[in-house]
Amino acid sequence: MLSQILYAIPFLAQGFAITLWVSLLVVVLSLIAGVALGVGLVYGPAPLRWAVRIFSDTIRGIPILVLMFFVYYGLPAIGLHLQSFSAAVLALTLFKTAQVVEYLRGAVGSIPKGQSEAAMAIGLTFRQRLTYVIFPQAFRRFLPPWINGVTDAVKGSALVSLLGITDLMQAINQVIGRTYEAMPLYILGALIYFAVNYALSLASRRLERRFAFIRE
Amino acid sequence: MSADTNALLDVRDVSKAFGSVAVLRNVSLEVKRGEVVTVIGPSGSGKTTLLRCVNFLESYDSGSIRIDGKEVGFREPGTRQRRSERDLAGMRAETGMVFQSFNLFPHLTAAGNIMLGLTKVRGKSQAEARQIAEHWLGRVGLAHKADSLPAELSGGQQQRVGIARAVAMEPKILLLDEITSALDPELVGEVLAVVRSLAEDGMTMLMVTHEMAFARDASSRIVFMADGGVSAVGPPKEILAAETSNERLRSFLARFRASHF
Repeated sequence: MLSQILYAIPFLAQGFAITLWVSLLVVVLSLIAGVALGVGLVYGPAPLRWAVRIFSDTIRGIPILVLMFFVYYGLPAIGLHLQSFSAAVLALTLFKTAQVVEYLRGAVGSIPKGQSEAAMAIGLTFRQRLTYVIFPQAFRRFLPPWINGVTDAVKGSALVSLLGITDLMQAINQVIGRTYEAMPLYILGALIYFAVNYALSLASRRLERRFAFIRE
Repeated sequence: MSADTNALLDVRDVSKAFGSVAVLRNVSLEVKRGEVVTVIGPSGSGKTTLLRCVNFLESYDSGSIRIDGKEVGFREPGTRQRRSERDLAGMRAETGMVFQSFNLFPHLTAAGNIMLGLTKVRGKSQAEARQIAEHWLGRVGLAHKADSLPAELSGGQQQRVGIARAVAMEPKILLLDEITSALDPELVGEVLAVVRSLAEDGMTMLMVTHEMAFARDASSRIVFMADGGVSAVGPPKEILAAETSNERLRSFLARFRASHF
């Protein structure tokens, strides 16, 4: 049994690499898109605010699996054929983006209006106000929910196995299919996911401590 | 055309309404270079709104506000075309504002609060900005607090940093919005002393305050506002005289004396 699992380790490692790659793509892309849309939601003109609001509420109201199947199996109906990998990353990114929008809105919304006004009064432009006054203060409130979201993204990436992508989850299932060693392999998989997410939350706690000096 | 071309700040017929509530009604006033003009009046009379229109933290519906002859928020007098974001920022840098609630940036030190505008708006180097920050912190008696965060300062100290942050930008005019209202009574004096010394140096100021004794001593002129309009303007002695013929002003002062003296 042990030898069979050891034999499968390079294969599992490949799957793990895919898991990390999907997670990284989703986390980075959703961070960029979510912050941009979040700024639009807080500061944009009314039509943009409505559009972001509708996007966020809709996406967050759909199960992530439905979203993924919709992108992969549904979009071809309107002529958009995506590879399973792209479809999976797109669906997970849309989902995560909607969350990041809400984290950003909450974090920026918690900064008193007087901060923006004081920044305006000394002549900072909109971009400068965000960069030097609002974001540094909002960051501390954005970080904890966002890191939670990152661990969710790592865990949620296991769903891509349902589109036939050989991530860690899929690799484990395939090895189980050959070896019938379900229990030890699932435990191994759980341990790997746990190790990644535990490392992330440790890093998060360190970051939070580093930014705790901002008192009000 | 303005009768007095000396006016640094020229507010003409400014009106503003929030929905159906008129907060400013045809307000006109001038502040000349080096003058200290104080706006008094009951709460809800539009004093703070007026001040916030001067640096365009709030827009207004009609009229014009000019600083040094330049329309503040709109591209041309009379048009309602807002200036671009960059333009507005440039105009706002010409006015300094000190807030009732201080509004210091909590993530920056006292010096950092002052340096932000100097480096990002005025384009000064870190070293030069630091020097200017230290100079102004010295002027407000806080040279030793340069590296303290706002949370480590008392209210009076925070407000003095707020003043230093505003004047370090070398604004043409300083706007003071009830800057002692959030302070414990024993801290008011130190803040007013700073304002007084700036006035003596010739800083042009437009302030809203409830400190009548200070208004009387420090102002060139006092503007009394009621119901969104200018009800009386004149030298402190005239405006604060008990026997004024202005009914609104008399009742305001009477109520004020009853509650403050």
